[in-house]
Amino acid sequence: MTDLTALTITAAQDGLRRKEFTAVELADAHLTAMERARGLNAFVLETPERAREMAKASDARRAAGNARPLEGIPVAVKDMFCTQGVRTTACSRILEPFVPTYESTVTSNLWRDGAVLLGKTNNDEFAMGSSNETSCFGPVISPWRRKGANTHLVPGGSSGGSAAAVAAFLAPGATGTDTGGSIRQPAAFTGVVGLKPTYGRCSRWGIVAFASSLDQAGPFARSVADAALLLRSMAGHDLKDTTSADRPVPDYPAAVGRSVNRMRIGIPKEYRFDGMPAEIEALWEKGRAWLTEAGAEMIDVSLPHTKYALPAYYIVNPAEASSNLARYDGVRYGLRAPGGEVIDMYEHTRAEGFGKEVVRRVMIGTYVLSAGYQDAYYVHAQRVRTLVKKDFENCFAAGIDAMLTPATPSAAFGVGEKSSGDPVEMYRNDLFTVTVNMAGLPGIVVPAGLDGQGLPLGLQVIGRPFDEETLFSLGAVIEKAAGTFAPERWW
Amino acid sequence: MSVDAKTVRDIAHLARIAVNDDEIEHLQGELNAILAFVEQLAEVDVTGVEPMTSVTPMAMKQRPDVVTDGGDPVAILQNAPAREGDYFVVPKVVE
Repeated sequence: MTDLTALTITAAQDGLRRKEFTAVELADAHLTAMERARGLNAFVLETPERAREMAKASDARRAAGNARPLEGIPVAVKDMFCTQGVRTTACSRILEPFVPTYESTVTSNLWRDGAVLLGKTNNDEFAMGSSNETSCFGPVISPWRRKGANTHLVPGGSSGGSAAAVAAFLAPGATGTDTGGSIRQPAAFTGVVGLKPTYGRCSRWGIVAFASSLDQAGPFARSVADAALLLRSMAGHDLKDTTSADRPVPDYPAAVGRSVNRMRIGIPKEYRFDGMPAEIEALWEKGRAWLTEAGAEMIDVSLPHTKYALPAYYIVNPAEASSNLARYDGVRYGLRAPGGEVIDMYEHTRAEGFGKEVVRRVMIGTYVLSAGYQDAYYVHAQRVRTLVKKDFENCFAAGIDAMLTPATPSAAFGVGEKSSGDPVEMYRNDLFTVTVNMAGLPGIVVPAGLDGQGLPLGLQVIGRPFDEETLFSLGAVIEKAAGTFAPERWW
Repeated sequence: MSVDAKTVRDIAHLARIAVNDDEIEHLQGELNAILAFVEQLAEVDVTGVEPMTSVTPMAMKQRPDVVTDGGDPVAILQNAPAREGDYFVVPKVVE
């Protein structure tokens, strides 16, 4: 039998359909791979019993002729999604003992369609980070290494565990959340496909809230077609999230392979910055050539407020985070530190429960929302955000179908290389991804090549609101031209 | 704008996070680095620009005003760090 962990979701579906193997065998192959890869620290909780039970039920459904769209497909779930009866921590000490009594809508949708839970993946604490180094469970180690070196590299963040799990063949697909780039940047760093849908496309209900106007769930997979399959199941209207979009879910897999002939692709000049590595520039150039070859037209466009998106984000994001994280008070769930007076109890619970990056963001957020500063910081940043969004709207109104940009300003860096210094240095990782969250747009990252050190680099395609289909069509063109990339197994 | 040590202490208290005296200086430096980074927003002309309130245009949804959930103290109290019967227990708040 072939190595079942090497299969894409699409290939695994074929094998299950042809009865070459069972869902239990497929789950077992991945559970074994997870065990061997514990050194990567991609999972913070493995759920082998749940996986086998779900796989067994899935085999029974298939035998009865009732196979569902993701029947028997194993998936890894970021620890930001509440899973009923399965510990969910957001990788924070403050939620270490938390076992939800309910299931997030996105994961419910996956189980409804037949998927099988392998375990919960590591992430930056409360999804605050770009390297997966702020997790209370310790950093995730990327399955990728520089040529001829054994330095541990970060998988990116915050969904670093999901990205590493998919890249290391521990799961064929995974869920992530993306507030400023937390799906797309790790996808680029680990050479997999990652998509952040339009704000409202996936329900946020049951996902640990970070920055509510920016958070969105999305899939990781090893192919564009697989990402489309996952999104079709994850997306959909949900009465429990008032910001969830009440519109039908298109048949995303059908968009893969669709012609991109005559599509107008914007190339935003502001995404070229001083000191941009030549390899990133060359990759972008290649991407333009591939899409041109497929019949699309490259058009230089301008998004003049791009440089202000990141600073505005670092006001809006901490402001919303400080407000959302006010719920962790040691009363209803999570950690409680002993304290005499109630205020002491709150303050010590939060000091013990929150890591450094979380404390930084909650404090910045508290400051920018405090009396006398709210207009100068928060309201001003929300005005800038309107301008960032307007830039995109102007381009789309002028007939641009999508934009092509690099995914990240560099390839993956080493564990510890950026986490000890200036926090703003780490924030700069989100330079190319954060605009998309600020404008509520969909964005896909597709692996497009390796740098001189043998590390993956990705390209990003940004689309019109609710036009994920165009992203899948364009992403498939890039994938076909660039090929796929896998790390050499060393773990 | 930058924050002084006293402001850092005030923010920490507002945020309900206990901070030791030996952490103040470090936190002050980090907060000021972030505040310096966002300072460039001041150069953006926002005259007549509305602050964003909703990233996708949508009307607030409404539903019938009826109870749809609740009455499940077992589930609600399941994760309580301290409880007595069907109540959460907190340190004494009023004298």
